[in-house]
Amino acid sequence: MQAYDLPDAFGHFGQFGGTFVAETLVEALDELRDMYDKFKDDPDFLKEFHHDLKHFVGRPSPIYYAERLTNQIGGARIFLKREDLNHTGAHKVNNTVGQALLAKKMGKPRVIAETGAGQHGVATATIAARLGLECVVYMGSEDIKRQSPNVYRMKLLGAKVVPVESGSKTLKDALNEALRDWVTNVSDTFYIIGTVAGPHPYPMMVRDFNSVVGKECKTQMPELAGRQPDVILACVGGGSNAMGIFYPYIDNKNVRLIGVEAAGDGVETGRHAAPLTSNSPIGVLHGNRTYLMQNDEGQIIDTHSVSAGLDYPGVGPEHAWLKDSGRAEYVAVTDDDALKAFHNLCLIEGIIPALETSHALAYAEKLAATMSKEQIVLVNLSGRGDKDINTVAGIAGLSL
Amino acid sequence: MSKIESTFLRLKSENKKALIPFITAGDPHPDMTVNMLHTLVESGADMIEVGIPFSDPMADGPVIQRASERALANDVGIKKTIQLVKEFRKQDTKTPIILMGYANPIEAIGIKDFVNQIKEADVDGVITVDYPPEESKDFVTLLREQDIDSIFLLSPTTEDNRIKLITEQATGFLYYVSLKGVTGSANIDIKQVSDRVNNIKKYSNLPIAVGFGVKDAETAKQVALISDAVVIGSRIIKEVENSNQEDLLENIRSLMTEIKSTIS
Repeated sequence: MQAYDLPDAFGHFGQFGGTFVAETLVEALDELRDMYDKFKDDPDFLKEFHHDLKHFVGRPSPIYYAERLTNQIGGARIFLKREDLNHTGAHKVNNTVGQALLAKKMGKPRVIAETGAGQHGVATATIAARLGLECVVYMGSEDIKRQSPNVYRMKLLGAKVVPVESGSKTLKDALNEALRDWVTNVSDTFYIIGTVAGPHPYPMMVRDFNSVVGKECKTQMPELAGRQPDVILACVGGGSNAMGIFYPYIDNKNVRLIGVEAAGDGVETGRHAAPLTSNSPIGVLHGNRTYLMQNDEGQIIDTHSVSAGLDYPGVGPEHAWLKDSGRAEYVAVTDDDALKAFHNLCLIEGIIPALETSHALAYAEKLAATMSKEQIVLVNLSGRGDKDINTVAGIAGLSL
Repeated sequence: MSKIESTFLRLKSENKKALIPFITAGDPHPDMTVNMLHTLVESGADMIEVGIPFSDPMADGPVIQRASERALANDVGIKKTIQLVKEFRKQDTKTPIILMGYANPIEAIGIKDFVNQIKEADVDGVITVDYPPEESKDFVTLLREQDIDSIFLLSPTTEDNRIKLITEQATGFLYYVSLKGVTGSANIDIKQVSDRVNNIKKYSNLPIAVGFGVKDAETAKQVALISDAVVIGSRIIKEVENSNQEDLLENIRSLMTEIKSTIS
C-alpha cells in the first residue's frame, strides 16, 4: 500500500488546495516554498526548532487519562493530549515557532498574522518578542470585543494589533487584511498564517509544524495505554490542531479520525460554522480551493459560533480531501453542547478547556458512551479556556 | 479580431493611448450603472472595466472594498452584473467591456455557464484577480473558444520566467500592476514602472495597460507616456462615494474629461 504523500508539488490535495492569489504574491510564495523545502529537513533548522519546542514551549505535552470523565460517561476510556499546557496555552505555538524561525532564516525583520480567538496572535507575538521581530496582528473588531484579554496580551508582548472593520469583522476579514498587508510589504515581511488554510505551501507547512502533536501521541499512547487509540478527536475551524494530531496517523487505518466542527445554533438553522458537515459547496477563498460556506452566487456568508477560533467559513483543503477520501469523518457540535462539555470538564477534571476544544470534548462524551470500556478515545485538548471566561460568564449573565 | 484588439490597433494608428476606467457594478445603485457606463464612454473611455462585487476582495484597497459592499447591499452579484452589461449593450455595441473579479463567484455559477453567459452579454475580456495561469487553464481555454480575451496581471515582483509563462496565455492586453499593494495605494514610481513595462515588451507584443496607483490626471499623463493604456479605478469610485446621486454623472464626466485631456 502506498504511503500518504499529499499535497503534490503545486499544493493540491486532489481537487483541493492550490495557489489562488494575486500575481504580486506568487513570487513570495515560490520563495517561501523553496526556503521551506530547503530547511524542513535541514538538521540545524530542526535542532533549533525542537530546542525551542522543548525549552520555550515546554514540549512534549503530556497525555492525561481522564479517569473521572471516563467513569462518568461509562464507555470508552478518554485520554487528553494536553496542548493547553504549552506556553501561550494552545497548540498554535508549535506552528509559530517554526514559521518565525523560517522568517529569521529568510532575513525578514517583520512578521504579520491574522487571529480569530487571539491564540494565534498571542503565539505569534510571543515568538516575535523571543526572536526580536517586529509584529503586526490583524484581528476583526468583533473578535477584539469578545477576546479582550488576548488583545492586551499581544500588546504586552510588543505587537501592534490592528482592528479590521471590513466585511463581517471576524477571522476571514482579518485574513483578507493580512494578505493586503503582505502584498504591500512583501519584500521585508513574513506572513505567519495560523491555520492549515491559505495558499500553498501554508496548508502543508502549518500541518508539518503541528504534526509534532500526533508524533508525540504515537510514542506516548503505547507507553500509557499499551496501544494506539481507536478514535482520535479534534475540533476543526481552519483545522490546524486536527491536522497536527491526524497527520501522523493517516496511514494507521485502524485509527478513526474525527473532526468536530462548530454547529453554532444547529447546522439545520444555517447559523453555524460547519462547511464540511453542512455539505457546503466547493469554492475558492484565501488562496485555496475547499468546501466553503457561500450563497448561490459565491458570496461568502456569515458564520456563527460561540468560539471565535472556529468562526471561519472555510476549512483547510486537506480536511476537504480527507472527508472526500473517507479517511476522516466530520461531525458538528452546537454552542449549547460545547458549553455543557466546557463546564463538565472544569468540574470533573479540574481543567478549563478552550471553547473551541469543548466542541471536541462534547462529541467525545457522546461517542465514548457508545463504545466499550476496552476502547480508547484520544481528544486533542488543543487549548486552555482562560481566554474564554468573559464569554462564558456573559452567557451566564455575569460580568467580570 | 476581438474588440479589444481592434480598439488598440485603431488607437495606435491615431498615436493615442487608451483610457480604461473601472467601476463596480451596482455601486452606488444598480439603476445608475448603465448610465454611468454610457457617461464614461461619452467622456473618453476607450474600454471599461466592470467590477464583479465580491464579499472578500483581497486585492482591493478600502475604496473598492466599500464599492463592493455597497453593491452587495443592493443585491448585486455576478448574475446582476452580467445583466447590467446586457442592458448597456442595447445602446453600445462597440466599447469593449472587461469584467474584473475573483474566482469564487465565477466558480459558484460554474466556469462554463459563466463563459456562455458573458458571451451572450457580449463581454470582451475577463480579469480574475486570484486565478494565476497555473490554476486557470480550463477557464482560459473556455474563454478562448468564445473569443473572449483572458487578461492577466503582472506585478513588480513577477520575474522574467513568469512573465513568459503569463504572456503565453494572455490575450487582448497585459495589465501591469504599478506597485506592490492593493488597488488605490500610494504613489507610483514612474521610472520603475517604465523599466518594468519595457522589460515586459521584450516578451510580448500585446498592449500593456498600467493600473492600481493612478490617482490623478498628472499620474495618468505620465503613465500614458510609458504604456499603451491607463486604468483608473479607485479615483473614480471616490467620485461615486463623494457625489450626490443627482451630481454623480456630471462629476464623473468632468473627472474623465480632465484625465482624457492629459493623455491624448
